[in-house]
Amino acid sequence: MSKLKDKLTARLAAGGKGLIVYLAAGYPDLAATRQAVLAAAAAGADIIEIGIPFSDPIADGPVIQHAATAALAGGLKTADVLALVKELTAAAPVPIALMLYTNTVLQYGPGRFAADAAAAGAAGLIVPDLPLEEAASLQAVCQANGLDLIRFIAPTSPPERVARIAAQASGFLYCVSTTGVTGVQAVDYSPLAPLIAAARRAGDTPVAIGFGIGGPEAAVAAAAHADAVIVGSAVIERLTAGGPAGVGALVASIRQALDRPGDTP
Amino acid sequence: MPDITGRFGAYGGRYVPETVMPALIELDDFYHGLKKDQSFQREFAAYLRDYAGRPTLLYHAARLTAHYGRADIYLKREDLLHTGAHKINNALGQALLARRMGKKRIVAETGAGQHGVACATVAAHFGLECRVFMGAEDIERQHLNVVRMRLLGSEVVPVTNGSGTLKDATSEALRHWVANVRDTHYIIGSVVGPHPYPMIVRDFQAVIGREVRSQAAAAGLKISHLVACVGGGSNAMGLFHPFLHDKTIAKIGVEAAGQGITTGLHAASLTRGRPGVLHGAYSYLLQDGDGQITEAHSLSAGLDYPGVGPEHAHAKDSGLAAYVAVTDQQALAALARLARLEGIIPALESAHALAHLDELMPKTNPGEAVVVCLSGRGDKDVDTVAKTMGGL
Repeated sequence: MSKLKDKLTARLAAGGKGLIVYLAAGYPDLAATRQAVLAAAAAGADIIEIGIPFSDPIADGPVIQHAATAALAGGLKTADVLALVKELTAAAPVPIALMLYTNTVLQYGPGRFAADAAAAGAAGLIVPDLPLEEAASLQAVCQANGLDLIRFIAPTSPPERVARIAAQASGFLYCVSTTGVTGVQAVDYSPLAPLIAAARRAGDTPVAIGFGIGGPEAAVAAAAHADAVIVGSAVIERLTAGGPAGVGALVASIRQALDRPGDTP
Repeated sequence: MPDITGRFGAYGGRYVPETVMPALIELDDFYHGLKKDQSFQREFAAYLRDYAGRPTLLYHAARLTAHYGRADIYLKREDLLHTGAHKINNALGQALLARRMGKKRIVAETGAGQHGVACATVAAHFGLECRVFMGAEDIERQHLNVVRMRLLGSEVVPVTNGSGTLKDATSEALRHWVANVRDTHYIIGSVVGPHPYPMIVRDFQAVIGREVRSQAAAAGLKISHLVACVGGGSNAMGLFHPFLHDKTIAKIGVEAAGQGITTGLHAASLTRGRPGVLHGAYSYLLQDGDGQITEAHSLSAGLDYPGVGPEHAHAKDSGLAAYVAVTDQQALAALARLARLEGIIPALESAHALAHLDELMPKTNPGEAVVVCLSGRGDKDVDTVAKTMGGL
């Protein structure tokens, strides 16, 4: 069973679309991350991704890079993030997935990391620099600890490769909306349709579109092609400008738009 | 080596976002075809000869030899190549490759600027659009090369995040490639990055070692040691590779010990680092306990990198090569010595290889030959040297 898939499936069964919200641990500090997670959960996020900062995040654009740099400058350690997850899974009514880079899990020790993440209550790991070809050993330790290892497909992935990735997916399948790094930008989501169709033929894991989504309108446009949307950089920008309450307001506006897509201005 | 998964023993691999995986697989397939394609190999060899100026000399440094009074010292004069360093070997090979793949734009990272200049040069020659990412700190200390790149028509993009050096420029070049992967070829400058790059760059640089082998045979030299500096490690792997399994010849890679190997202010990934993943490959890195990459420190911008090529990591673990480190001060002294004794001003990077001779030469025997890769010329470093040494 998968907490992530169950949560998204329940949302879909109720006629809605899933909303996954990314927050960078320790930005601007741990207390703010905690409050922002609770605000996002209360405002209707289905899943929270908590990012463990890495010094060299090659899949991330300026906003998340800046958040990671600031969190590391504040002295944040991997163990602090696991402690935060433990606290939040007790307090927040949504499943939490950890987003981190390969070297973080390697240096902690993959087996120990998976065990500690599971013990803290995390539901899955999202590792943006771990493609299909390198995933086997982390997949094994995730499976042994009941964690989903989130798989990625991208606009450049050929259909037969999408099928192989989708066949291994659990939790949700992360569809990168555009060739590029994280960060808000205007994206035409319609070219993703054949990609997502190929994924659906190969498995029944819910598909979530991420990268670029800045607000309710973009979320609705992306959700038309998928089961869920992932919002990251826009949330971090809102946290910087408006604090945890601002995050709550942004998430609520996206939730509302996803529930009633026809009303989007 | 590498194996089908892009591994040199435990090291290497492809730790990159899915977006560029199809491009890496395509590049690997394409390159395997090219490797066997005689027309490509002939074209590459012709450009190396007619445009870059190969073969380079294997020069007997008689006065340096006399200074130590033991084995004969030979310098492999990559500094005499067009653009002034070995980097042109790889840039030419990859530009020809990009052209055959139909890519019109190239992106590159650069530290000292030598790879950036080499890329800007081949881009101009082949009519390709070129963008070079360079750390803001390196732009300061390698201004000459920045001007050269711009003169050649390339765009130089300053990178201010992180430490503003080669590590950050590489991350930014990778991000740019992820965003523009459909029409852009990434010319990585060393034997680093995700598979197949460490293999491709090594193959394009291995001309250094192949020439040394035939030049030594023609002159009847008995080579005992090969010495080269190691940042990412492309000139060293280029020199070592044809000799890697020859147990009669010692291969010594010289890293930058910066202000001292015990000060923490160095760039000696193999000597003091631990294995981990950076820029798409598993190799030795400078990092803290949580796996955060720590800043490298070296007076030499080209060695100022916290990682190293995966084939070097494998060579270290398996004993195929040995790795040592010398400080900024030792490198400066070696630079000055070569200038005064031989009339050759080496790049600060290459001066690290020369500095190791102080330790190595007393252990050698007359009649043997020690080959040092003089990977680049020192013009770009004169301001740094003048500022550090004083009295110039």
